[in-house]
Amino acid sequence: MLLQVDNLSVSFATRNGVQAAVKNVSYSVDKGQILGIVGESGSGKSVSCYSLLGLIPQPPGRIDSGTALFNGEDLLKLSPARQRDIRGNRIAMIFQDPMTSLNPFLSIGEQLLEPLVYHHDCSRAEARSRALQLLDEVGIVDGERKFSSFPHEFSGGMRQRVMIAMALITEPELLIADEPTTALDVTIQAQILRLIADLQSRHNIGVIFISHDLAVVNQLADHVLVMNKGEIVEAGPGERVLHKPQQAYTQTLIASTPRGAKIASGRERERDSETLVSVRSLSTSFVDYSSHAAKRVRAVNDVSFDLYRGEILGLVGESGSGKSTLGRSILRLVNVDEGTIEYDGVDLLALQGNDLMPYRQRMQMIFQDPFASLNPRMTIYDALAEPLLYHGLANRQSVQSAVLQLMDDVGLEGRFIRKYPHEFSGGQRQRIAIARALATGPEFIVTDEPVSALDVTVQKQILELLLALVAKHNLSMLFISHDLSVVRYLCDRVLVMRQASIIEAGDVENVWRDPASDYTRQLLASAPVL
Amino acid sequence: MEANKHDMSEQEQGSSLWADAWLRLKHNRLALGSLIFLLALVVLCILTPWLAPYGYEQQNLELGATPPSMAHWLGTDVFGRDLLTRLLYGGRVSLMVGFIATAVALLIGVLWGTVAGYLGGRVDMLMMRLVDILYAIPFIIFIILLMVVFGRSMLLLFMAIGAVEWLTMARIVRGQVQGIRQQEYIEAAIAMGLPLSRILWRHVVPNTLGPVIVYATLTIPQVMLLEAFLSFLGLGIQPPQSSWGLLISYGAESMEEYPWLLVFPGLALASTLFALNFLGDGLRDALDPRVAKD
Repeated sequence: MLLQVDNLSVSFATRNGVQAAVKNVSYSVDKGQILGIVGESGSGKSVSCYSLLGLIPQPPGRIDSGTALFNGEDLLKLSPARQRDIRGNRIAMIFQDPMTSLNPFLSIGEQLLEPLVYHHDCSRAEARSRALQLLDEVGIVDGERKFSSFPHEFSGGMRQRVMIAMALITEPELLIADEPTTALDVTIQAQILRLIADLQSRHNIGVIFISHDLAVVNQLADHVLVMNKGEIVEAGPGERVLHKPQQAYTQTLIASTPRGAKIASGRERERDSETLVSVRSLSTSFVDYSSHAAKRVRAVNDVSFDLYRGEILGLVGESGSGKSTLGRSILRLVNVDEGTIEYDGVDLLALQGNDLMPYRQRMQMIFQDPFASLNPRMTIYDALAEPLLYHGLANRQSVQSAVLQLMDDVGLEGRFIRKYPHEFSGGQRQRIAIARALATGPEFIVTDEPVSALDVTVQKQILELLLALVAKHNLSMLFISHDLSVVRYLCDRVLVMRQASIIEAGDVENVWRDPASDYTRQLLASAPVL
Repeated sequence: MEANKHDMSEQEQGSSLWADAWLRLKHNRLALGSLIFLLALVVLCILTPWLAPYGYEQQNLELGATPPSMAHWLGTDVFGRDLLTRLLYGGRVSLMVGFIATAVALLIGVLWGTVAGYLGGRVDMLMMRLVDILYAIPFIIFIILLMVVFGRSMLLLFMAIGAVEWLTMARIVRGQVQGIRQQEYIEAAIAMGLPLSRILWRHVVPNTLGPVIVYATLTIPQVMLLEAFLSFLGLGIQPPQSSWGLLISYGAESMEEYPWLLVFPGLALASTLFALNFLGDGLRDALDPRVAKD
C-alpha cells in the first residue's frame, strides 16, 4: 500500500470551543489507483489530506490521533525537515485556483525548476530539459517560449496544466488534487481530467482526487470515499458507491445532483405567451487595459433574442463568452454600444434617469456570489426594507411585516431578521439575495450563476425555490449558467453563447437531443455525467 | 402612494448598524472608558473659564517656577503662572484644533475620495490630480501665504490644517471605494433603482469606515503636534495664550531645572492620544458586524 491512513482525527480550536473536523477517518491509496473523496464544504475532505502534509496551521488545528503510513513511514510523526523532503517531492499537490497558487512575479519556468533544484540538487540545465519535457507532456506547445512567460499570460486551463507539470516534475509517488477543475470551463475540465488520468497511468502513481462534484469523481476515480461532517459515510469501488449507494446521505447527494430532463414541476410553458424582452443587434464592449495599448473588446457582439413572458430562458456559455455582460446589459448595469432592448414594448436604452426607475423596479438581478452580493454592514431587515420603502411598497408601519413575508417566501425564519449576512451559510445568504430581488415586486429576473457557489444539496434547494417563486409570482427569468445539467433541469429554452455571440437557441430538450452547432455538441459531450 | 414614495424618515435611515455599533461599543470597556475620559476632558476644557483657579496670563514673578503644591497643584512656570490653569486653557486650543481640523479633513476627504473612487474614469483622474498638486505644495509656504493674505486667526489655522490633512484621507477612501464599487451589492443597489446619493451614503461610505476611523484617530494627534509646530514658528497661537503643544515645547527647554513643566503637559497629551487610539480601535470593531461579539 502506498498510503495507509488509519483513525485520523483532526480538530480545530474555534471561538466556540474545539470542533472536530475529521473523525476517525481511515483510507488507503495504492500505486496506479485513483481515490476520489467527495463531500460538501466543511465535510473535512480537504483537511483529511492536508493534515498529512503538515498543511493545516497548528494551532488552531490539532491532529488528535491516527497514523498515516506512506511507504511504511508515519507522515504524522515526521520532523519538519523530513516533512518538507516528502511534501512537494514524493507527494505533490494541485490546488483549485491556478491563479492564486502560482506566484505572479516569477516566470513559469522559474517556478517549475524550483522543486527540482530544491529537492534533487540537480543542475539547472538538467532541470530545464526535464521541465520542457513535462510541459510538452501536459500539452503546452512551444515550451521553450512559454518557459519565460508569467502566470498572467496563461489562461485558466493552461495555468492548471502548468500546476500539474509542477506537481509531476519531481516524479512523486502520490498526487493530491484538490478540486483541480472546479474553476475551469467544462471543455477545459474534460481535457484536464483526461490529462490527469493519462499521466496517472503512464507514471503509475497514486492519486487522491478531492471534489464536490460527483459526476467528475464518477468519471475518474476507482475508489470513492463519501465524507460528511468529518466522517466517512460510505467507501468502496466507484461504480458501487455512486450507482448503488447504501447510505442515505450518499443517496441524497446523488439525488441532489441535477440530472436528466426538467423536473416534473407541472410547469408547462405557455406557447402563446407574449414577448417580454426583445433584444436586437445588441453590442457591448469594454476597454481592456491589460494590454499595453488599451483597446475596446467586444463582450457582446450583435446579439438578438426574445424572452417570453413566464418562461425560464437559459443562457449557457463558458467563462469569457459574454453571458454575464449580456445579462447586465439588459438590466442597464453596463453601458451598451448599440442595438435595442425592448422591454414590454418600451425601448429601455432610450430611457434616462428617472424614466428608467420604474423599470428598475420591474427587473431585478440575483448574483453568483452570495458573499459579495450582500452589503456586510446591513442586517437582513435593512437590506429588504430598503427597496420596499424606497419604492413605496410599504410604509413605516407595514414594512416589518412585509420583510417577514419576504423572508417567509424564501424559506428564512423570521427570527433572523436582525442578523448580518456573515452570520449565515452560503445557501441562506443566497435566499436573502433572492428575497431582496423579489422585494421590488419584479416580473423579470436575471440570475447570474445563482447556484454555482453552493453545495449540491443546497443548490438543489435553491433551484427548487427559484422554480416555486417563478410559479408563485409569475416571473420570467433569464438564467445564466455554465452548468449544463442545471440549465437542463430548470430552463424551458436555452441560448448558447460563445465568443460574444449567440450560436444556438432552442427548446432545451431539442438542443440536448440534437445540437445544431459543433460547439454545443462539444459542450454537451464534455459535461461529466453521473 | 406617490407622496409616500421616497419618503424615508431619519429614523428608518438610522440603520441598525449604528445602533448595533453602540451596543457593541458599550461592551468594550477600554473603548467606553476612553470615551468617558475624552468627554470629561472636553467638558472640563469648555468649563475652564469658570473652573480655573487663576487667569492664564496671570503672572506672579516673585513666585517664579515652583514645583506642585497645594496652591498650585501642578506647579508654576518661570513667570509664576499656574500650570493647571494654562494646561486647561491649552487643552481648549489643542482639542479644538484636533477635533475641528480632523472633522474638516474627514468631511472633505471622505466626500472627495468617495466621489472620485466611485465615479472613476475622467472625473477620478481630475479629482486625484488636484490632490496630487495640493500635495506638492510645501505646507509651510501654504500656511504662511494664508496668514499673510488673511491675517492671523484661530479659525484660519483650523481650516489651513484641515485643508492639508484631507488629502491623505481622500486617497485612502478612494482606494477603498474602488474595491467596494466592484462588489455585487453595489450592482444590486443600482439594479434596485436607488439614486447615486443613496448608494454612496448607505452602501459605499459605511464600508469604508474601518480604515477611515483608524486614520482619523491618527490624524487628531498629528494635527495637535502640527499646531504646536506652527505656533512655535510664530504662525499659530501666540503667548500668553497656550496649547499643549506649546507647553510641551517650552517645557522641553527647561526640563532639567523644572521637569514638571514638561511632565504634566506631556501626560495630558499622551493620555488623550491613548484614549483616542483605544476609542478608534473600539469604534472600528464595533462598526464591523463581522467582528465577533466575543
